[in-house]
Amino acid sequence: MSTVATSQIKLTPEHARPRASVRSRLQEALPKIVLAPSFAITVVFVYGFILWTIYLSFTNSKTFPSYAITGGRAYQRLWNWTFDTDPPSSWYTSITNMGIFGFLYIAICLALGLFLAILLDQKIRGEGVLRPIYLYPMALSFIVTGVAWKWFLDPGLGLEQTLHQWGWTSFHFDWIKNKDFVIYTVVIAGVWQASGFIMAMFLAGLRGIDGEIMKAAQIDGATTFQLYRRIVIPLLRPIFLSAFIVLAHLAIKSYDLVVALTSGGPGGSAWLPSNFMYEYTFKRNEMAVGSASAVIMLMTIVAIIVPYLYSELREKSR
Amino acid sequence: MLRKLLIGTALATSFAFSAHAADVKEVQMLHWWTSGGEAAALNVLKQDLAKEGYAWKDVPVAGGGGDAAMTALKAMVAAGNYPTASQMLGYTVLDYAAAGVMGDLTETAKKEGWDKSVPAALQKFSVYDGKWVAAPVNVHSVNWLWINKAVMDKIGGTEPKTFDDFVALLDKAKAAGVTPLALGGQNWQEATMFDSVVLSTGGPEFYKKAMNDLDDASLKSDTMKKSFDNLAKLVTYVDPNFSGRDWNLATAMVIKGDALVQVMGDWAKGEFHAANKTPGTDFLCYRFPGTDGSVIYNSDMFGMFNVPDDRKAAQIALATATLSKSFQSAFNVVKGSVPARTDVPDTDFDACGKKGIADLKKANEGGTLFGSLAQGYGAPPAVANAYKDVVSKFVHGQIKTSDEAVTELVKAIDDAK
Repeated sequence: MSTVATSQIKLTPEHARPRASVRSRLQEALPKIVLAPSFAITVVFVYGFILWTIYLSFTNSKTFPSYAITGGRAYQRLWNWTFDTDPPSSWYTSITNMGIFGFLYIAICLALGLFLAILLDQKIRGEGVLRPIYLYPMALSFIVTGVAWKWFLDPGLGLEQTLHQWGWTSFHFDWIKNKDFVIYTVVIAGVWQASGFIMAMFLAGLRGIDGEIMKAAQIDGATTFQLYRRIVIPLLRPIFLSAFIVLAHLAIKSYDLVVALTSGGPGGSAWLPSNFMYEYTFKRNEMAVGSASAVIMLMTIVAIIVPYLYSELREKSR
Repeated sequence: MLRKLLIGTALATSFAFSAHAADVKEVQMLHWWTSGGEAAALNVLKQDLAKEGYAWKDVPVAGGGGDAAMTALKAMVAAGNYPTASQMLGYTVLDYAAAGVMGDLTETAKKEGWDKSVPAALQKFSVYDGKWVAAPVNVHSVNWLWINKAVMDKIGGTEPKTFDDFVALLDKAKAAGVTPLALGGQNWQEATMFDSVVLSTGGPEFYKKAMNDLDDASLKSDTMKKSFDNLAKLVTYVDPNFSGRDWNLATAMVIKGDALVQVMGDWAKGEFHAANKTPGTDFLCYRFPGTDGSVIYNSDMFGMFNVPDDRKAAQIALATATLSKSFQSAFNVVKGSVPARTDVPDTDFDACGKKGIADLKKANEGGTLFGSLAQGYGAPPAVANAYKDVVSKFVHGQIKTSDEAVTELVKAIDDAK
């Protein structure tokens, strides 16, 4: 506004000046105009619907949304189910599975990814061929991964059957059919898919480390193990953090992998909270309970993302 | 899955645009009968309508399954774009009717005499608040045994009349080295079998009280406990690899002779037909032992939506054609189910179909036609799924004893009600 005011006061013969200011103002505003639609879409379809979901979780919506607030019965039911351990309620199964799957998936992916990256970083021949081989599973959708591993792990079709045919008849591996172990097969398939990608992240990090530091350490007489333990891995800290965030959100939103790999597992023993949410909202017509579980999933993600953003922003402002 | 929802919404929107251009001589139909036999069966209806000058337009569904179709339907109805009709199951019809989006076919129903010819138990789902809102297409029944005849002859078995006979027969198969019972370890299959077990153990009165009226005393009773014991007994006869298996793979085990028997609804017959097997010579269909005379049903319906007046004529034509005797016969011969009206001649049906039609008639007259709880015809989806959870957890060992199963069942159903 101030520029408009000044240009009106300065009524000089130079006619080019106000025109230039319109153009420059347009130029200034252009990024905002271009971004506005996508911003509006995000606000409505992401944040708007988050609020809508939170609202629905306090109603008694069944098949269709109902808008009368009826209190926190959905949360109450979820809370009660949290302590139904014997026999396990579907919600209890979902959240314990989330814990097991989340922890193992992230830990194994990080460890395996780092290990592979270090091996690939030894200036070996054929790295250009090996790297895409490890990275390739990430290009598959979870559905493909799930179906492939389902066949591979099926005792009647895959690994066990093949080894039996080759003569190792005492071999026994039926985790995918076992209610206590089925969640670990989800970990196996998930790790297979993501560890190559994590490896690529670590590899990029390793390539970014200054060679001088390594040489200095070697001159000081550090062994290879000490080199990695004391210098390389601490230097990779930011990569660990990024990889953790990527893996954590992949773990929390896994839905299709469980469905394709186990179709829910024996007696629903492979459910994750996302399966619970879909099942209750769309199949059981308990939209309020489904929304409440979605809100709890969101809170879990927020609990991970917010400290991360906080530390990132703090580091930048320093 | 979210993507499916989005695609559904997108389709619904694109449909909204095309709807304006739609001719009144057109039937817009949402369904998921896309696989070979079912699509062929539906073709009969398309041709019937074409003869009357009505074009048929499928509402496309991404994914092809019933879940995806229902999600698409939800989006369409929310956007106010009703299809002429949609394939629907059980309580879904009533849910939509309660939401006030279903049409009214009462006049047509009166003219065509549906009140008398459609079994009363089915009318619970096709009539809402005194108004006809859906046209039932077929009646499936779930209390069937499907037996491989060659295996049956080999072990010298005869038709089991009681549950104990059935166990003895399974023992014979086990001794002969055949998998006695082909079961797919998915919750709906286990619960579908348990429907029959409850009917067999407790009798028709008990089934109705426990599984349709959800009577607390019956659910808690010793009879229910005994039913779980019987289920546990049956589960000892399945192969170790059953968990998660699809129903048609279990049927294939019976067809190939790897297994003796499957307890499954009459849609399993379609698999036998597809494998060129004839009832009586290649396979046998018996009622689940101890349930002869009763029928546990589920049914496909065409829910009729409250469309604008210029599309009502097409809707009436569709409903009339759906419940016409010729279509009911032609469709159900292919689908494996039996007609949704009891006055259709059974001449074109095979032996199993003839028995199914006779049984349905008898059950309808005797008041022993009950909704399947596992298939969502006994109670609303929340309860039905709670029931499936408990049965499945019992089969797979999360719930360890029948006592515990009964306690859990009562708790789960109360919670879901």
